[in-house]
Amino acid sequence: MWLSILQGTVEQGLVFGLLAMGVYLPFRVLDFPDLTVEGSFPLGAAVSAALIINGTNPFLATGLAMLSGVVAGMITGIINTKLKIAGLLAGILTMTSLYSINLRIMGRANIPLLRETTILTVLKGWGFPDRYLALTVFTLLVFLVKLLLDYFLYTEIGMALRATGDSPVMIESLGGNTNHIKILGLGLANGLVALSGALTCQYQGFADVGMGIGMIVIGLASVIIGEVVIRTSKIIYATFGVIVGSVIYRLAIAVALQLGFAPTDLKIVTALLVILALGAPSLRRFMIQDEFAERLLERSASDAQTN
Amino acid sequence: MLRLTNLHKIFNYGKVNENYALKDINLEVPKGDFITIIGSNGAGKSTLLNLIAGTLFPEAGTVEINSEDVTHRPVYKRAHLVGRVFQDPLQGTAAEMTIEENLSLAVKRGQRRGLRLGLDKNRRAEFRRLLALLELGLENRLDCPVKLLSGGQRQALTLLMATMGRPQILLLDEYTAALDPKTAIQIVEITKRIVTQHKPTVLMVTHDLKQALAMGNRTIMMDRGRIILDLKGKERENITVGDLLAKFTARSGRELTDDRILLHG
Repeated sequence: MWLSILQGTVEQGLVFGLLAMGVYLPFRVLDFPDLTVEGSFPLGAAVSAALIINGTNPFLATGLAMLSGVVAGMITGIINTKLKIAGLLAGILTMTSLYSINLRIMGRANIPLLRETTILTVLKGWGFPDRYLALTVFTLLVFLVKLLLDYFLYTEIGMALRATGDSPVMIESLGGNTNHIKILGLGLANGLVALSGALTCQYQGFADVGMGIGMIVIGLASVIIGEVVIRTSKIIYATFGVIVGSVIYRLAIAVALQLGFAPTDLKIVTALLVILALGAPSLRRFMIQDEFAERLLERSASDAQTN
Repeated sequence: MLRLTNLHKIFNYGKVNENYALKDINLEVPKGDFITIIGSNGAGKSTLLNLIAGTLFPEAGTVEINSEDVTHRPVYKRAHLVGRVFQDPLQGTAAEMTIEENLSLAVKRGQRRGLRLGLDKNRRAEFRRLLALLELGLENRLDCPVKLLSGGQRQALTLLMATMGRPQILLLDEYTAALDPKTAIQIVEITKRIVTQHKPTVLMVTHDLKQALAMGNRTIMMDRGRIILDLKGKERENITVGDLLAKFTARSGRELTDDRILLHG
């Protein structure tokens, strides 16, 4: 019983690891607060679910779902770079549009996939042992994506992408077109997010138009947990940390549920976690200032005494 | 060869805070010239450099490099022609990336970037050789993140990167102003070495009048958006900082004022 809960949690963590990498890329590498994620995650689910119930090969459906995420991310990038609309707003605009688009694609708010042919059922048909199927598939896939992402970030284009987030003035002066690089990066990131959405819906057995809510915060929480566990800015460790962070996040949520938290309260728990983690440096500074003020007071008091 | 023809730059055109930053600038710079640019606050020195680099575009006039009209090309489309070192040492390098990664970005100056790995054995060996020329010991710290370097080391690295890929024009915008005097001298020495090696056309803005005369082969003085003096050849040879100040007053009708100007010597 416990073991199967644990296994299920890790499986979820792995699938969401893809989402977390799709959040890590814009937030940490490109320095772009991309909210498209909230729309591209259900987009991936919607596209794959709609194609699967229409009899499309689930691998093809998942690939097309990923592609749809790439397009969504690129649209955010184009709105931001070509129309000069702030990045945050550009993401919100795409995300909001995607809500309508996702409903159009699905035709209704929810598509169950229980008796449909998904990636997992196909692989089961090939004779994989059922018990560890999802765990094996997701582990392999997530680490394959991680390795590809690592490799990409060390290529010439990938390095230009990292420089775009780090020092845009510098990379432009060296001939990098930061607009195109941003569009590429956002496309890539949302492709990963949509892939995560497509796998999630096939894993849990349904696609729902509301399944994107809070995804950005979940992704951020995973990234931050990963950074706490693996403290390095080196890409290969950082992407590993993101996956580990995602699994730890899921474990924490599972524990919270076992402790009796209502599932509906989990979003605020997650949000508070992110606020605490991101706000920690400022909180620490206040504490240091207080401590220092106290010390100054003490010193002036003792000075007054000696005088 | 760089040619600026009838350049005008107006900030906030038609608004109450309109600022006529450059007025009818004409300048011809033969290949290999090293020009130092001096002038009072708001004279338009940095604006001039920005027009050449492509961070700003003029309201009228043309910028030509090698007889190619680049007036309206954005920065990244003239990067193969123009290298630049910024006043802020933080701007010219990517802090989170390592020394070798920064250099690998500069190797591809103005070229198409592909899905090839940015670093390999050959490139590392080349970077080690180039870094050794700086004589700062950076050749042994290839995988060190640039954020751990001092301002001077970062500026030296930027200088190296600005000349990689052999751009014809090198822009130095008060690039030693943020450094302590000793480091500034070191950077100037490195500049001299690099310039003798690559022989690019250099435009250097400086507040140090002595440096303006000591470096390069030509000095131009700007005031309120105009070039008021163009010193070169014999006329420049035996001039002193005092003469320079006198010339400024004679041409502009006022004292050279700048809160950062260095007059020493």
